[in-house]
Amino acid sequence: MNALERRWTSLTETLVRVGAIARFLLRLVVNVPRSLSRFDLIVAQIYNAGALSLVIVMLSGLFVGMVLGLQLFQLLRRFGSEEALGTAAAIGLVKELGPVVTALLFAGRAGTALASEIGLMRATDQLSAMEMMAVDPIQRVVVPRFLGGVIAMPLLAAAFSLIGIFGAQLIGVQIMGVDSGSFWSQMRSSVDLVDVNEGIVKSLAFGIACSLIAVYEGYNAVPTAEGVGEATTRTVVTSAVLTLFLDYLITAVFL
Amino acid sequence: MSVARGRVTAIMGPSGTGKTTLLRLITRQIAAGGGSITVAGEDLGSLTRSELYELRKRMGMLFQNGALLTDLTVFENVAFPLREHTRLPERLIRLLVLTKLQAVGLRGAIDLMPAELSGGMSRRVALARAIVMDPEILIYDEPFVGLDPISLGVILRLIRRLNDALGLTSIVVSHDVQEISTVADQVFLLSGGQVVARGTPQQLQADPSEIVHQFMGGLADGPVPFHYPAPDYFGELLDRDGAE
Repeated sequence: MNALERRWTSLTETLVRVGAIARFLLRLVVNVPRSLSRFDLIVAQIYNAGALSLVIVMLSGLFVGMVLGLQLFQLLRRFGSEEALGTAAAIGLVKELGPVVTALLFAGRAGTALASEIGLMRATDQLSAMEMMAVDPIQRVVVPRFLGGVIAMPLLAAAFSLIGIFGAQLIGVQIMGVDSGSFWSQMRSSVDLVDVNEGIVKSLAFGIACSLIAVYEGYNAVPTAEGVGEATTRTVVTSAVLTLFLDYLITAVFL
Repeated sequence: MSVARGRVTAIMGPSGTGKTTLLRLITRQIAAGGGSITVAGEDLGSLTRSELYELRKRMGMLFQNGALLTDLTVFENVAFPLREHTRLPERLIRLLVLTKLQAVGLRGAIDLMPAELSGGMSRRVALARAIVMDPEILIYDEPFVGLDPISLGVILRLIRRLNDALGLTSIVVSHDVQEISTVADQVFLLSGGQVVARGTPQQLQADPSEIVHQFMGGLADGPVPFHYPAPDYFGELLDRDGAE
């Protein structure tokens, strides 16, 4: 097989996978109305994907905000505009770092948990047992986990941005001595609703993408220990690449 | 093949002969490529998804490893089909679950998690879950694999007792010849994807054909060869030596 054929095969395999994921998404969407009637299952998954990821997301947000505070302070001081630190940090966090880093953390923490949980349910015949009990596993297991992730992601991103701004303020105002009034007032006057909307749209899109990839990989995992491991790895890799790709697309649309 | 209502039917045969595939076909976990399968008067091939689910409510299946939902307690596992398919009050659900767990001897394990159960206990809980909707047909996939003699005896007695007490039709896939012969009314012996013998366990014991004799007697060699097809042994050994 020459290099051209190999590339062609790899391209067709990728396209087949994209098609399969799109069909899976359609199957989930069709089942959403019925799953909404069991909202308790969705709430449990918001807790699993959201509340249990909160500590890692907030901790990361704090450090990212502090680093941003340090770097931006050094940069802005060169132009004598340290008061713009609040604006720069807030825009950077709300529009970019909040949604993107949260999505990457989500893929690593909640995405892998989802994929391995569903994959193990497949490997231990739990999904087949549900089928045999006339319970649709897509409706009972997959859709609530998918919706839980989709709902949790914007909330996590908001928490990340909030703590990040606090971190930037901690470094800029408390340690480097930027004027507190300028920091907050410039931020309030320069950050528009459209900036916040961009962040919300991004985190929603990343929430759909990361949750979809996680439940798809878990549901279609080869039912062996190795298969579940591979599905978990694919979840992280695909989610990360897709998040960055979507980030570019949405940014371009909003500009 | 035809399975008699109200009886315990065993499907036996060497590993890899298609027993589990047959079970999956009977429950339409996989679709048949040809022929037809009729379960409780319904042609499986022509059923829609919702019709299939309605039929499955009349069937129970015990998976090889129990397949209990690992995030739910024993109680919640047995109550699972009731909660999904009925709107019974909590008190009645508890009553039904207790009755079924009592039938399998595990009423005391009601609050345990699946990870705290032994292999035999898991299968008994799964059995309680399989009968909680009072099915007409109960299907067992290799119910004795990996069980100690006591657990095996318990499951064996339960298969017979539940079948008779609840008026079930039981289908048991197994290759434990001696054990299943004590409870089965009818046995189908499969080999190479074909039914090679059928009858009562006693009739099969007396069957003169080579494959039945090998399987029922547990003989290492016969129509099912001990050796996987391979080139000539000595020739291969000498070849290797020469090459090295």
